[in-house]
Parts: sequence; C-alpha cells; structure tokens
Amino acid sequence: MTPVRVVIALCLVAPFVAMLWVGSYAKTDPTFIGIPFFYWYQMLWVLISTVLTMIAYKLWQLDQRARTAEKGGASQ
Amino acid sequence: MNDGVNGVALGVFIFFFLAVTVLGFLAARWRKAENEHSLDEWGLGGRSFGTWITWFLLGGDLYTAYTFVAVPAAIYAAGAAGFFAVPYTILVYPLIFTFLPRLWSVSHKHGYVTTSDFVRGRWGSKGLSLAVAVTGILATMPYIALQLVGIQAVLDVMGVGGGENTNWFVKDLPLLIAFGVLAAYTYSSGLRAPALIAFVKDTLIYIVIAVAIIYIPIKLGGFDDIFAKAGEAFSQTNPATGKPRGALAPAEAGQWTYATLALGSALALFMYPHSITATLSSRSRNVIRRNTTILPLYSLMLGLLALLGFMAIAAGVKVTNGQLAIPQLFETMFPAWFAGVAFAAIGIGALVPAAIMSIAAANLFTRNIYKDFIKPDATPKEETRVSKLVSLLVKVGALVFVLTMDKTVAINFQLLGGIWILQTFPALVGGLFTRWFHRWALLAGWAVGMVYGTVAAYGVASPTQKHFGGSAKEIPGIGEIGYIGLTAFVLNVVVTVILTFVLKAAKAPEGIDETSPEDYTADAGDPGVQVELPPATAGTSH
Repeated sequence: MTPVRVVIALCLVAPFVAMLWVGSYAKTDPTFIGIPFFYWYQMLWVLISTVLTMIAYKLWQLDQRARTAEKGGASQ
Repeated sequence: MNDGVNGVALGVFIFFFLAVTVLGFLAARWRKAENEHSLDEWGLGGRSFGTWITWFLLGGDLYTAYTFVAVPAAIYAAGAAGFFAVPYTILVYPLIFTFLPRLWSVSHKHGYVTTSDFVRGRWGSKGLSLAVAVTGILATMPYIALQLVGIQAVLDVMGVGGGENTNWFVKDLPLLIAFGVLAAYTYSSGLRAPALIAFVKDTLIYIVIAVAIIYIPIKLGGFDDIFAKAGEAFSQTNPATGKPRGALAPAEAGQWTYATLALGSALALFMYPHSITATLSSRSRNVIRRNTTILPLYSLMLGLLALLGFMAIAAGVKVTNGQLAIPQLFETMFPAWFAGVAFAAIGIGALVPAAIMSIAAANLFTRNIYKDFIKPDATPKEETRVSKLVSLLVKVGALVFVLTMDKTVAINFQLLGGIWILQTFPALVGGLFTRWFHRWALLAGWAVGMVYGTVAAYGVASPTQKHFGGSAKEIPGIGEIGYIGLTAFVLNVVVTVILTFVLKAAKAPEGIDETSPEDYTADAGDPGVQVELPPATAGTSH
C-alpha cells in the first residue's frame, strides 16, 4: 500500500460512510431555498462523491504511470 | 384523470417516436464493421464505444423510464423513504470504480460477452455459469416488462389506450405498435440502435427536468410552500395502516431500511446483464473509469426528479395509482406541447433500456445456455442469429406478461429480481479479485441466498398485498428492518466462506482457471488483448 493508494481508498470509502450513516442527516433543518436538509444534503453528496471519484481517478492514473516507469527502469 | 385525448401532446409524442424509429433503423449503418455477423458486433456494438457514447448508453440504460415514474411515485406515496434511490446511485460509482475496469480487461482479453462467460472461465464451472445466466435472465425479464408499464402510464395520461372500459385491443394497440417497432430495429441494428437513440432520450430528459425543476416551483409558490404542503399531507393518517402516510425525514426506525436498501441496490446494479453489456461495449479500460466520474450527473438529475413527487402533492395531483402521479403532474402544469415532450422523454426512456435488456438477456442465453449446453460448436454467425431471435422472444414474453397479468405481478418480480441478481455478486466480483473461493461453495451460497430471498420476500405483507408487499424485513439476529436482498447476500457470503474451507480441506477439485493475473489489468493496445496468448512467463512481478 503506497500513500497514494491509501488516499484513493479513502476517497472511495468516504461516500459509503457518509451515506450509510443515515442518522447524521435524517432531519429537516436547516433548509436550503425551502428544501429540507435531508434532501439537499444528499444531493450535495452527489457532487462531493463525484469530486472524490475524480480525485481517485487522477491519482490512480499517476500511480499507474509511476509503476510503469518503475517497471521500465527495472528491466533496462 | 383527464378524459378524452390530449391531441397536441399526442402529436408531439408521435413526432418524437417516429424520429427515433428512423434513427433506430439507420443505426445499423452507423460505425459499421466489416464482419457484422458476430455477437461482438450485434450484441456489443463492435466493442468500439468511446467515453461519451458509453456515458449516454449507460445513462440511458440504468436510468430507465420506470425509474423516472417510480422514484417520484415512491416519494409521492411516502416521502423520505423513497429518496433512497439517491444515496444508492451515489454509492454505485465509487463501487464500480474498483471492479468494473478489471471485468472489462479480462473480458476483452478472453472475448467474454457476458458475465457468465467470465464466471465459467474463472471458476471452470459450467454449473455456476448457468446459475449466473439463469439468474440474469430471470431478473431482466420483469425489468423489461416494467418499461412497458412506464409507457402505459404516459399513454394513459394522454388519453390513448383509455381507461379500463375500452376493449382490450384498442387499449393495448399503442403499446403493441411501440413494441413491434422496438423489436424490429433491435433485431436489425443490435446495440447500435439504443446507443444512438440514447442521445435523443437523454437530451429530452435533461431538458424536461431542467424546465420542470424551475417552472413548476415558480407556479407553485416556491419550495417552502411545496414542502409545507407535502409535510401536511404526510402527517395525515393513512386509513389502511393507521399510521401517518409518510415523513419529510426518515424516523429512527426507518434508517436501517434506508441504508440497507441504498447499499444493497448499489451492489446489485452492475450485476444486471444490461449494465454489463453497456460496459463491455466500450473501447478501453479508461473509458470505464472516466465514466465513473461523469455518470453521477444522472444521479443529480434523479434527485431533482424525485423532488417532483413533492410537487405532485403540492399541485394537488390525486391519483390512486402512484405510477401516474408524475405524468399527471406534467399534464396539469405544462402547456400541452411541452407535456408532449415530457411524455416522449419517458416513452423513449423506456425503449432504450428495453432494447439493451433484451440484447443482454439474449446474449446470456446464446453464450451460456445454447453454446454451453445445446450446441457447443456454434459458429459466431449462428450465435448472432440465435441471439437476435431470442431478443425477440424475450420482448414478446415481457409483452405477454404485461398484457395478461396484473401490473403488480411485474413489480413483484422486479423486486425479487433485485434480490436474486445480488446473489451473483460473490461469483462475479469475488472472482475478479481472488480465486480463493471454491466453485461449489459459490454455487451453494448462491442457492441459499436465492431461497432465503424469495421466501423472505414472499412473507412480506402490506395493507394492499398479502405477499411481496415490500423489500424490507426484520434482519435475523439484529432485529432491525433491512433490505432482504442484502440479508440474503450476507448469508450467501457466509455459506460460501464456510463451505470453501470445508471443500478445500476435503480437497474437492477446484476447476481450471483460464485467466491469469495480468489479464485483469490489460488495456486496449496491450499485446495479447483480444487474442488469446499463452500465459505470460512468471517472475514479471515487481
């Protein structure tokens, strides 16, 4: 497990923790433009999890490139 | 309910329907390959789709017409509990990020067309592969039937197909025509047809949602008013249960149900054959990973769409069949021509997944039942022919299902299908990461999960139904109410692990694994992808 891979794992696990812990958001206040907390908070998590998945994707690409470079260097 | 036909809306609807029909037939010529008589061509669009086509295809495939009707309908009926579809689709993408690229790679390397192909190759067991294939077909059939229910809902609201009193032929004629057309172009164009039509479908859906989410709240006096009215409606006592109709946020008792439904559904989604068909049609491994970062756009749309359920309450829409709530809301709030656009969006939204699902089910039958058990020496050309025919049969089956049986039967089976398909998770996703499990243990685990899930779902009563009244039940040993599919899945895994230890101790034959570790990370352009090569030499690890 490299540090990069730990970060990738955290990015992917975070939405599970946030969404499955229903008690943390099962309430109506504070509202946002009239929408109860329960709804806008979960919609906000659509955006947060998207950003986290994008970060995971970018890091994973970097990680792969580093590995390929390492492999290429070793075989020379 | 509107009596009489809404002429303008119907005209717009028919216009869009004709347009996509033409598109569906033209699709056969789109990005055509030299060898069109192979299952890769007809059933996977030549495995050539890039990021955007895959995005439209997967979006068109996963967010079905039924979703558009059922999610807001659930909100309309009970409030917060129906919103689990949003966390469900949030969890799907980080989840598939981990395993879908591996499935793509190994399938590309070995020419797998279905998940069962992979299961057979990985575990060396035709029995296990058959179990996965049969589960896939069983789970997909009612799903196709529900797409028809979606079309029926919009036809009803437009005033065609009429009420219960018209004779059956007039009533069902529009649906028969729609399905005849769908069957014809799926037959001739294969996966290319839904891929092309998905562009139209998604564009329409995004326009409709964008307009609905701005226009309707303005007309209803803003979200404050909408939620105030909805909250009031939910606090009324439901005479059937003696409890309030619903709530704006789930009570303590409903939270386990909410979380387990979201998690279980997320785990199940990419076990469905049609999800995998759309996945395997993509050109490279990167297309899949990139898609996990852009697909959530659809989840946002789904969340907005769910809010329409509250708007239907605030707008005073009163329907006994919740499925009609959203079409009725559109008809009430929108000018007739735009209601037509909205109905077209739902109608076309049913055609795309129905086409992909029938292709996926047909591929499963052809590869894992016909070729494995009936005619092992079938040529690619024969495979394609069988698959095309079966795709027709599957659709006719779904049609008969919807026309002859009560709608609730299709919904019950769809509920069961979700529970069943989740039971293929250990063999499929487990297999992508480890060969530790024993094939017979996987088969036994699957069987236990299937039986438990079916029996448990049968035993759930609701005020309107004696059996299959819902998908949640008390979790044995925990005492909370949870999604049956997830409980069955946990049982499945426990049985699989225990039996794996037992079978390994008894030295039961493990079967031959035709894949090698490198296969799971191979990408397009790598040597050996698409062509079978002898296993790479050991010692390349680093």
